[in-house]
Amino acid sequence: MKYKAIIGLEMHCEISRTNSKVFSSASNSFNDCPNGNVRPLDMGFPGTLPVVNKEAVRKSIMMSLMLGCKVPEYLYFERKNYYYPDLPKGYQITQETKPAPIGIYGSLKYDCDGEYKEAFINNIHLEEDSASMDHMPGFSTIDYNRAGVPLLELVTEPCFHDSTEAMAFLETVRSIYRYADISEADSKKGQIRCDVNVSIMDADLEEVPENFGTKVEIKNVNSFGAVREAINYEIERQIKLKESGEYDSMSQQTRRWDEDTMTTVYMRSKVDAIDYKYFIDPNIPKIKLSSSWIDEIKASIPVLAHERKAKYMDEYGLSNYDATILVKEKNVSDYYEDTIKCGADPKSASNWISSVILGYLNKELLSIDDIYVTPSMLKDLIDMVQDGTISSKQGKEVLFKCLDENKDPKSVVEESGMKQIGSADEILKIVTEVLDENGDNIEKYKAGRTNVVDYLVGQVMKKTRGQANPGITRNMMIEEIEKR
Amino acid sequence: MKNCFKSIEELHNDLVNGVVSSSDLIKESLERSHKVQEDCNAFVTIMDDAKSVEVNDNLLSGIPYGIKDNYSTKGNLSTGSSNTLKDYVPFFTATAVSNLEKLGAVGVNKTVLDEFGMGGTGTTGHTGVVLNPWDKTRMCAGSSAGSACAVASGVYPYALGSDTGDSIRKPAAYCGIVGYKPTYGMISRYGLFPFASSLDTCGVLTRNVRDAAIVVDGMKGIDSNDMTSWDSSNIHLFDSIDGNVKGKKLCYVKELCDINNYPDATDELKEHLSNFMNTLDKCKELGMEVTEVSIDQKLLNAVGSVYVVISCAEATSNMSNLTGISFGPRAEGNNYRDMMKNYRTKGFCSLIKRRFVIGSYVLQAENKDRYFFNAQRARRLIVDEWKKLFKEYDAVILPVGSGPAKYLDDSKNKKISNIEPLEEHLQIGNFGGFPSITIPNGFIGGLPVGVNITGNCYDDVNVLNIAYALESSMDYKNQIARGCDYEV
Repeated sequence: MKYKAIIGLEMHCEISRTNSKVFSSASNSFNDCPNGNVRPLDMGFPGTLPVVNKEAVRKSIMMSLMLGCKVPEYLYFERKNYYYPDLPKGYQITQETKPAPIGIYGSLKYDCDGEYKEAFINNIHLEEDSASMDHMPGFSTIDYNRAGVPLLELVTEPCFHDSTEAMAFLETVRSIYRYADISEADSKKGQIRCDVNVSIMDADLEEVPENFGTKVEIKNVNSFGAVREAINYEIERQIKLKESGEYDSMSQQTRRWDEDTMTTVYMRSKVDAIDYKYFIDPNIPKIKLSSSWIDEIKASIPVLAHERKAKYMDEYGLSNYDATILVKEKNVSDYYEDTIKCGADPKSASNWISSVILGYLNKELLSIDDIYVTPSMLKDLIDMVQDGTISSKQGKEVLFKCLDENKDPKSVVEESGMKQIGSADEILKIVTEVLDENGDNIEKYKAGRTNVVDYLVGQVMKKTRGQANPGITRNMMIEEIEKR
Repeated sequence: MKNCFKSIEELHNDLVNGVVSSSDLIKESLERSHKVQEDCNAFVTIMDDAKSVEVNDNLLSGIPYGIKDNYSTKGNLSTGSSNTLKDYVPFFTATAVSNLEKLGAVGVNKTVLDEFGMGGTGTTGHTGVVLNPWDKTRMCAGSSAGSACAVASGVYPYALGSDTGDSIRKPAAYCGIVGYKPTYGMISRYGLFPFASSLDTCGVLTRNVRDAAIVVDGMKGIDSNDMTSWDSSNIHLFDSIDGNVKGKKLCYVKELCDINNYPDATDELKEHLSNFMNTLDKCKELGMEVTEVSIDQKLLNAVGSVYVVISCAEATSNMSNLTGISFGPRAEGNNYRDMMKNYRTKGFCSLIKRRFVIGSYVLQAENKDRYFFNAQRARRLIVDEWKKLFKEYDAVILPVGSGPAKYLDDSKNKKISNIEPLEEHLQIGNFGGFPSITIPNGFIGGLPVGVNITGNCYDDVNVLNIAYALESSMDYKNQIARGCDYEV
């Protein structure tokens, strides 16, 4: 490669599950009814004032700590002034880097295809989301439900070199948001939106800012898939400019990602950049963040995905592959841990979840939160298989039936008479029956062809339609042959 | 009937003793409102359907009052005296107003202001110029022009004002009444249309100091909707006024009050400053110490510019919500940009547009340090200087403005050089959030003039007490503008 790409990310993520929006008392929850979650402040009515939501600040501080950022002693909010119909006050309440926002200068280790890399965080700040707009032919609609929803903007240093690194980083951050219950971080719900900065430089130069190329900012990249596409497209585009000699005349600019054409489209050059006229919002007095509160938040940081994965491998003996699958989604990992808490064997639980349940969820496009089978029901099923009440093949059938028909494994087993014949008396009766019918095979066994046992056990299974416990049957069969 | 000329305390006694009923008071107040509207154009809205309430223990119950039209009143037009909100009816009420409502106070009209409180003349409201009831060729000053005019005309004992630079205290002086701006944050700003949020303060115009204390007792209180409000539940202004001021220390600023600093002083200014010196003598007679202090002239000269830079910067941002899109009369246009542009171009008066330009200019990246940040630095220096004074003195006492009300026809107003610091020093009260009260202290050429007392933050009781003692030693308490003394 002649060129090296330098990539920085700005990741916006809505904070979920605060009782109200970040500065208004309107509900911060999904609402089907447009303009249903709206208080006067969200529409910028005269005389309304912002009141900072403490829970949003708490979650922001937690995120800042998890990113290794410095949390300031005092919290300030600033106004970013510009006119747009989705911004009812005519300014967004946000944080700038001076005075320091809720988090500044951190770093995060992330797993990129099995290799640990470090990303550098410039800052993370708390702000309010804008209203959402839909543009129809001839008119537009505005929904203020989103206006004022707490939003965390994470700004990285230009420390990624390709879309794989960028994606791995974003996946890691998303997992943290979910594990720490800061955000559902669902890009389908519009909760995650990214801006991407891309420039290219000669590969043989040292990677220092002086050697960086011209920065191009791409806005409106609203899914992780789009982040990958946009980065790849933009690197290609810039390389072509280099090759054709046009790169040096390219101005520092802002482009937007166009989903339809899968290209980046020129918006404005840096010369036309908007002057946002930032100043500290006089309606919000500076807020002292006590060190005891920050310590409290630090102590409440939950176990994150990579820590859980290590535990699954070290303590439960799961493979890297299985552990990775289980921690990918927090709710799956929670389900797994709950199943173990109920007393199930960790390895079996992992197998049942990854081989049966996750397959089922994928096929049916469901979340693990949607299924009827609880961790304690799964534990019952595992126990029934382990103690031989049912075979593992039956176990699979039972579990699918429970998932499909919202049933409890115990009652399915009972109703369908699927129970294995486990009592020695019952099995002995049938073993005796089979041996009586197979005198020739007894002879063969005694002559040293011990593999006829398999055949004989098979006969017992046939007679019981698979309900006899194979282990018990086998032992008993050998015992009985020896007796004869 | 002339019940509306009485003080709140007198009216409360009359109501309790059945001398007059709440509905009689409201009826008289509404009739006077219509008369004052004809004479002076003081109101945006007169609420002819105002209902009387049952009188309770609270001194304010059953008594009519006026509300500056930049306070949101649910179900009643609230325009900020601006074309941009000429049809705006809020669906929530400002905290200060609803606090009074809960006590049984009855709002009877919405008073004219300079558009959104920006202006000191009472001439820029969308309903036209407010005339001074003492002399209709003169202004009330502003921005609480309608409130000052109505209280001085005897429409009711009090009206709400708001004060960003001197918007309560200067009109009070020009109209011969009391104007009280309490400590910043004592009264919630929720529902008050913002002008400059770090300076905006709710307050009241009355005809005596005790009434001002009663009303602010009713308006104040911490509000979960305003993070800058604070808990004052242990402060009882009215109950704390005892008139005992012996040994209190006052100071006044030489650079502002020395007639020798104004070589081309008018007779009015000479009389105003000498009247102020007489008032200082009254203070001494009351047992207070009065000291002349000196303040760096450079700092005093900076006051006006600091005010312009900070207030315009905050105003241009605060009023960016006025786009005519979700409220206000929506303008025509081919796209949202044109709609906003047309709405704002046609809606605002030229003075406001000028201030928006200044505000935008001083916040621009290339100018911000030179203007906006420097203004904030200077604001801090000035406030520190006043805080130093408050370490030694209980309050600063100064004359309000350069004399009585100015002519509406500006060509008749004589220009005096170096007069700006004297005209603008009340803004220091807003820079520091200090409690500040203006009371009438005499007449010049038959027109009232005022004196101002400003104290340290949270020291409202002290400021009111000094003002009350001084008021009691002079003859200008409860005055009604000459010519308004008619029966209705």
